[in-house]
Amino acid sequence: MASAASVNPTNLAGQSAASDELRYVPVGHTSASVTEKISELVLGKGTRQSWYVMFAAGTFLFGIFSAVVVYLLMKGVGIWGINVPVGWCFAITSFVWWIGIGHAGTLISAILVLLHQKWRTSINRIAEAMTIFAVMCAGTFPLLHLGRPWYFFWLLPYPNTMKLWPQFRSALVWDVFAVSTYFTVSLMFWYMGMIPDFATLRDRAVNRRWQIVYGMLAMGWRNSARHWHRYQMAYLLLAGLATPLVISVHSVVSSDFAISLEPGWHETVFPPYFVAGALLSGFAMVIALSVPMRHYFGVQDFISVSHLEVMAKILLATSFFTSYGYFSEQFITWISGETYDKYVYLNILIGFKQYAVITWITLFCVFIAPQLFWIPRFRRNEKVLFSVSILVLAGMWMERYLLIATSLSRDFLPSSWGIFQPTIWDILTYVGSIGLFVVTFLLFCRFLPMISMCEMRGLLPGSRGHEEGR
Amino acid sequence: MKTEQKFFGLMAEFETVDALFAATRRARQAGYREMDAYTPYAVEGLAEELGESKSRIPVVVLIGGLVGAGSGFLMQYWSMAVDYPFNAGGRPLNSWPAFIPVAFEMMILVASISAFLSMLFMNDLPRPHHPLFNVPQFARASQDRFFLCIEATDPQFDPERTLEFLSGAASHLGIVEVPMDVEPAAKEAEASERKPVGVMS
Repeated sequence: MASAASVNPTNLAGQSAASDELRYVPVGHTSASVTEKISELVLGKGTRQSWYVMFAAGTFLFGIFSAVVVYLLMKGVGIWGINVPVGWCFAITSFVWWIGIGHAGTLISAILVLLHQKWRTSINRIAEAMTIFAVMCAGTFPLLHLGRPWYFFWLLPYPNTMKLWPQFRSALVWDVFAVSTYFTVSLMFWYMGMIPDFATLRDRAVNRRWQIVYGMLAMGWRNSARHWHRYQMAYLLLAGLATPLVISVHSVVSSDFAISLEPGWHETVFPPYFVAGALLSGFAMVIALSVPMRHYFGVQDFISVSHLEVMAKILLATSFFTSYGYFSEQFITWISGETYDKYVYLNILIGFKQYAVITWITLFCVFIAPQLFWIPRFRRNEKVLFSVSILVLAGMWMERYLLIATSLSRDFLPSSWGIFQPTIWDILTYVGSIGLFVVTFLLFCRFLPMISMCEMRGLLPGSRGHEEGR
Repeated sequence: MKTEQKFFGLMAEFETVDALFAATRRARQAGYREMDAYTPYAVEGLAEELGESKSRIPVVVLIGGLVGAGSGFLMQYWSMAVDYPFNAGGRPLNSWPAFIPVAFEMMILVASISAFLSMLFMNDLPRPHHPLFNVPQFARASQDRFFLCIEATDPQFDPERTLEFLSGAASHLGIVEVPMDVEPAAKEAEASERKPVGVMS
């Protein structure tokens, strides 16, 4: 089980087990060199010009986002293309898309910890950071869609003068609890993983200001063996708790649809199908981020091609899970003979206006494109990896869009049928949210250790670390 | 015995984890109990070697999870069935299957917070100051060196004999006294001056 993902079918039979063991460990590194390399990325003098260029681009998008939000607060949600049958569209699409992306971080950091997958060490910090920022982006959409976001606290149960409570039988209230729990737990997990690394940065910083900043963040961590003992236990427990959490979050998100009676939504396959889609888009995002990052920061020995290859395999597997969801949906609709369901799915496949075209593009992006990863050469080719990841990300967004737009525009009452047409504000809100992600992620790369130094040291041969020699 | 504790303990520095392991075992066999090892990553089995028993964090987390799930469910039951009974779609007031998702999330939330906070409290963190930080070399405990510190509070501790004992450890890189407190002015000067006492191997 534990070695399932690390089996390399291209390995020649004669290749020794020892070399396979070391494939995910940076070659020729020692504790000192790992520390030096990763902490210099943070503490090193000067920020590169290209970082500023990317940061400026991100800030530009984020500026658009802020401007849209201000305009939205002035005018109300009417600036979006939503209408009476399609009461929410881009906002919920982007919400589901972002929160799905966030899932890979917890998968990598929690489930792979429990499975002793040592290759996670190179990418878990990046993936966890990605989770935090993606969930932040996700959270803005339902808040903005509230119409009067300043009353967001009405979603929380607290004794109030209106003597009212949130309706706990509604999946939308479950969403509030699921997403806020997910954000809190992911943040704690991420921060806890960084405490020992903050101690390293504190001890290495020469600048008094950074000594204080990282010293505060490290909370006086002094690498005591007795502390490590409790730390490891708490970390393992957090991983164990985050694992059912990550499954539950997207299941709850899918309940927003599955609990309702709309044709095309009321289906039991939704929770697992949503979780699979979330993992697919999340892994696509991890690949799309790590391919450029490993070159930009010169960490090719930490995030090796072998790491990318494992992720490509997971991408392929989750692409099948997700596609199974599509086909099962179609099949169940066909066999059920439900008139309204059949009509909605006919629209999705060969139907009207823009939807059918998007369906076939989606199927290409999500199902056909990842099939390239059957071929080992493509799993190790960064250009292919990056392009397929971007296609998958685009495909997953379109899939959620279709799911929401088609069902809502063709419900049970033909007199209320209507088509959703996005306005420029819809598009700008979505594109702008990418700016929020880019800005926060770039800040993370500059100021926080992007690879876990303490776990990496424990992985080196002869370290007697937790994962060493497994 | 001691009226005023001048220093925290004696600390030996090691280059490899195996040397630290050997020294820890030797110290434990010699009867030292109040000691701690410092390593740049979690080392398997070192805490057990120091005499650390199984931690109680799992119990705290279990209690946290039960409290979270229980209070989450009761909150929903009370608000939906007692405080503001409201017939939603003909469901019973205590429609417990619909209360499970929120109760589950509350369980995970409270259990996770308990795991994190109990780790901090049991480790006596946050604590930004500690006598160990008075030793300049100690900065490498978070990078690539291994340390074993026998604390002055240990009943067997004796400045000379413990120093002699630690000097006998195989392949150590030096032994330092860990001062309890360093005068701010003297700190700079001392930091550059302080030489490892004992034998350099």
